[in-house]
Amino acid sequence: MHVINIGLELFAETLANQNVNVLHVEWKPPAGGDNKMMELLSKLEEL
Amino acid sequence: MTTTKSLIKNNTFYDSLTLMRISKNASELKEIIQAVTVMGSEINKRMLDDVGLLTDNIKHATTNDVIISVSGKTNSAVESALEAIEKMLVDVNPPRITESVPRTIEAALERLPDANLALISVPGPFAKLEAEKALKRGLNVMLFSDGVSIADELELKKEAEKKDLLMMGPGCGTAIINGIGLGFANVVQKGQVGIVGAAGTGIQQVTTLIHQKGYGISNAIGTGGRDLSNDIGGIMMHKGIKILENDNDTKVIVLISKPPDPKIERTILEKSYTKPVIFCFIGGEAPEPSRTINAPIIVTVHTLEEAAIAAIALVKKEKWSKIIFSRPMEEVMRIAEREWLKLNPQQKYVRGLYSGGTLCSESFIILSRLLVNVYSNVTRSKFELKDVRNSQKHTCLDMGEEEFTAGRAHPMIDPLLRQQRIVSEAKDQECAVILLDIVLGYGSHIDPAGELVNSIRDAKALCEKEGRYLSIVASVTGTDKDPQGLKNQMDKLISIGVVLMESNAQAARMAALIATRGSTMQNLERS
Repeated sequence: MHVINIGLELFAETLANQNVNVLHVEWKPPAGGDNKMMELLSKLEEL
Repeated sequence: MTTTKSLIKNNTFYDSLTLMRISKNASELKEIIQAVTVMGSEINKRMLDDVGLLTDNIKHATTNDVIISVSGKTNSAVESALEAIEKMLVDVNPPRITESVPRTIEAALERLPDANLALISVPGPFAKLEAEKALKRGLNVMLFSDGVSIADELELKKEAEKKDLLMMGPGCGTAIINGIGLGFANVVQKGQVGIVGAAGTGIQQVTTLIHQKGYGISNAIGTGGRDLSNDIGGIMMHKGIKILENDNDTKVIVLISKPPDPKIERTILEKSYTKPVIFCFIGGEAPEPSRTINAPIIVTVHTLEEAAIAAIALVKKEKWSKIIFSRPMEEVMRIAEREWLKLNPQQKYVRGLYSGGTLCSESFIILSRLLVNVYSNVTRSKFELKDVRNSQKHTCLDMGEEEFTAGRAHPMIDPLLRQQRIVSEAKDQECAVILLDIVLGYGSHIDPAGELVNSIRDAKALCEKEGRYLSIVASVTGTDKDPQGLKNQMDKLISIGVVLMESNAQAARMAALIATRGSTMQNLERS
């Protein structure tokens, strides 16, 4: 299992403690948390 | 003379766990009474108001802002603390070379091209986008986040189904895949019981009870709490069953869920199974005799503990039987009586305060069979608790529900709201028993029992001062191998007079016995 962890770093730590190959993503809200921008990004993702 | 000062950092984001740690460190600074750093959600602002920290200048804060609020003995101590907190926030995000740390899933995949699972726990409004990205790139997903709409969940699960990927969640807190614990999971030995669960702490209770009795788990797949609703149709439950049917390590299949929609329950019951299967639909009806169920052996159970007992029996190819209590009835009644003799006549209610949603649901069902007028925020029946901030008669409260967790860490990580609620329930003169779950394992607080012990002590002392006794009943979901140490946690609770039971179901029954002064004993068989 090779895991990408996005969000709480706690979950990456617990996987690392189990010797799992895990990469933590330092996530921040995209578009400064702007909801309209979020919807646009989501639509782009669908293309 | 107390000074309180607050400030807002606009459009700044930190995860709730980081903020909780900073709050804790700041609270220990010289001459500081309270220090809280939280995102500006409505729940957090209410919590700040409850503890006298909601100053005027922070009332307009939003979920995109960080609130820092400090009360202390002197002005200078408070100013120093505010400065120190701002420094702690900067230290968490030191200037880094951009290339060294991935900030998006795309960047992460360049560094880890073999990745096959994305574990996502970002705030609800952003969760769908991240899960979509992961699925699009061929990753299985475990989505811890909740606050995702049903329409979005359906879209994600249909996409996963098309690509033959796992889409565990939203609201999936627990999975064990090939012996690896994901999210909140206990350290359990490998074995022959496979589980698919729309119920995180349900999976935790069943896996830990199986481990405690010397047996083990092949895989435990989480589906998220809404999978068996009419809207979602059990997509991941069906997929999980297929995986376990094809998994050589799995000899017995256990399916766990809070009550599924009847139409969807039928689709699960009417599948063809090649392995023995246990249906643990908490609050669901036993399958009707006329339904065609195709499996070597079918067992229907009504509690998580029964699912564990039955699973082991099937692995051993033995018969199993229901238990009410692990200990002899005489001993149980002796313990219950010792508690109820100390209560005042007006103390009659049970107040269950839960960190685990499935454990709360299970207790709600059991208490509803043993007591009259049991309210909860886990039901939409006439017994739905309308105002979750105020318990009504007997109450079972899931404190992991969205109304308690927006902008906050889950109660299994951050015990603060539950600690406060224990004390406020104790102030109610009609409260007889407080019923608790303590959940250990990866992801959980490093000392959940220790954190609760202080509030329990305060609650009992408050009652004693007012001339009454408060009974506390609890169960610990965990194993000897969990980081917190099962025995250590149990000892802490027993040492302050908590009545500790062997399972969540038994704890609920004990609470009902105490509250009814033993008169509900005749109903135990049907609980």
